[in-house]
Amino acid sequence: MSPAPRLPPAARAIVAGDRRALARAITAVENDDPAARPIVRALYPRTGKIPVIGLTGPLGVGKSSLLSLLIGRLRTAGRSVGAIAVDPSSPFSGGSVLGDRIRLERRADDDGVYFRSMASRGEAGGIAAATREVARLLEAAGFDLVFVETVGSGQVDVAIREVATTSVVVLVPHLGDDVQTLKAGLFEIADIFDVNKSDLPGADRAARDLSELASLGRSADGWTSRIVRTSTTAPMGLDELWEAIEAHERFLDESGGRVAGERRRLAREIADRVREHVGRDVTVRLDRDRELRSLLDRVVARRTDPISAADRLYRQRYRAR
Amino acid sequence: MARRTKPGPIRVLIAKPGLDGHDRGAKVVARALRDAGMEVIYAGLRQTPEEVVRAAVEEDVDLIGLSILSGAHMALFPRILALLKQEKARRIPVFAGGIIPDEDARRLQKAGVQAIFGPGTSLEEIVATARRLARGTA
Repeated sequence: MSPAPRLPPAARAIVAGDRRALARAITAVENDDPAARPIVRALYPRTGKIPVIGLTGPLGVGKSSLLSLLIGRLRTAGRSVGAIAVDPSSPFSGGSVLGDRIRLERRADDDGVYFRSMASRGEAGGIAAATREVARLLEAAGFDLVFVETVGSGQVDVAIREVATTSVVVLVPHLGDDVQTLKAGLFEIADIFDVNKSDLPGADRAARDLSELASLGRSADGWTSRIVRTSTTAPMGLDELWEAIEAHERFLDESGGRVAGERRRLAREIADRVREHVGRDVTVRLDRDRELRSLLDRVVARRTDPISAADRLYRQRYRAR
Repeated sequence: MARRTKPGPIRVLIAKPGLDGHDRGAKVVARALRDAGMEVIYAGLRQTPEEVVRAAVEEDVDLIGLSILSGAHMALFPRILALLKQEKARRIPVFAGGIIPDEDARRLQKAGVQAIFGPGTSLEEIVATARRLARGTA
């Protein structure tokens, strides 16, 4: 690569620690504002090195409270932290109430923390489309690590895998019998299971069920999911949780998983972007382009089916010759 | 990046500065703004002026709404306005609601609070004013 090109002023301000510049760039990225492009492009080479830790799990399990306590601990240890907390957008009004900041306890003058609430803006899977970009902006701004807290997720909200280097699935006692743990989705993505609210009865049982699941082995990468127990009311287990996160991060470095994971995530990111472009393009053309409109007419009239129409459209317009 | 031309939804911070336990009003307003399509960052109870301003900057909001019933508005609001100025964020408009006597309201508006809503204000009026302030057409 050629020597670092001169950064655009907004990017330079972000690198220099200007929080207003960072805040505005995040907004521009979220809005898919073309003004964000040169900033993101200029800062990209500086990214991809830090841990991005995902906290996911069902609604109400205590993700925000855990996040606040983890931030506090890391600050005590002298590490700077960026945090992104995603909450759902209303499918009706497009608006949202982003409430994860309520749990945040920190000194208001502490520049070692940057907390940003984010609306999912119609994206399924528990994170917003711009979450990856925002995590990179936080890294470029110099934070040592980034947390991403997802929307309170259902069983298949696994998009955090596309952002995080370590995924923590937060659960609580009594979420269901041990067959639940065999189901696909959320249970497959955990590098670490955290049984939060472990001061409540039933925590032993939940941890045991998860241990059995973990002992069956998860995946080809060689990591066995760890199980930890925490409570945020009478804080306990946070050291163990943090140690488990660090152990997984070390494992990524030692096994080569960090590079492989980044490659997989970036491949997916590029594919997502292309899908988005093509999808938008086709939607517009089916309405405006005469040939495509007549194709749609034929599908509506049942003279051809959607699969065949899509195949034909793809072959004609998008496949490399 | 010119601030007023940004294309996304309006982002509003709703906070209750000071020692005050009653947040029903703030929640009702938050919900009305959400239903009007805005992204509401709800910071909740017992926020110091420093916390309010820090949140406003990090969240890059277009607007700040303060709810107060404790009577401490003459101490807290000017402090928030001063901190915004210090953070070069003076252009973020501030509106307020709660129990604020008329005389105080006049002084606060002179000091830079853009709108003050007393008990009984309709949600329609609050939403319309919030939209106008956020879009910089006040």
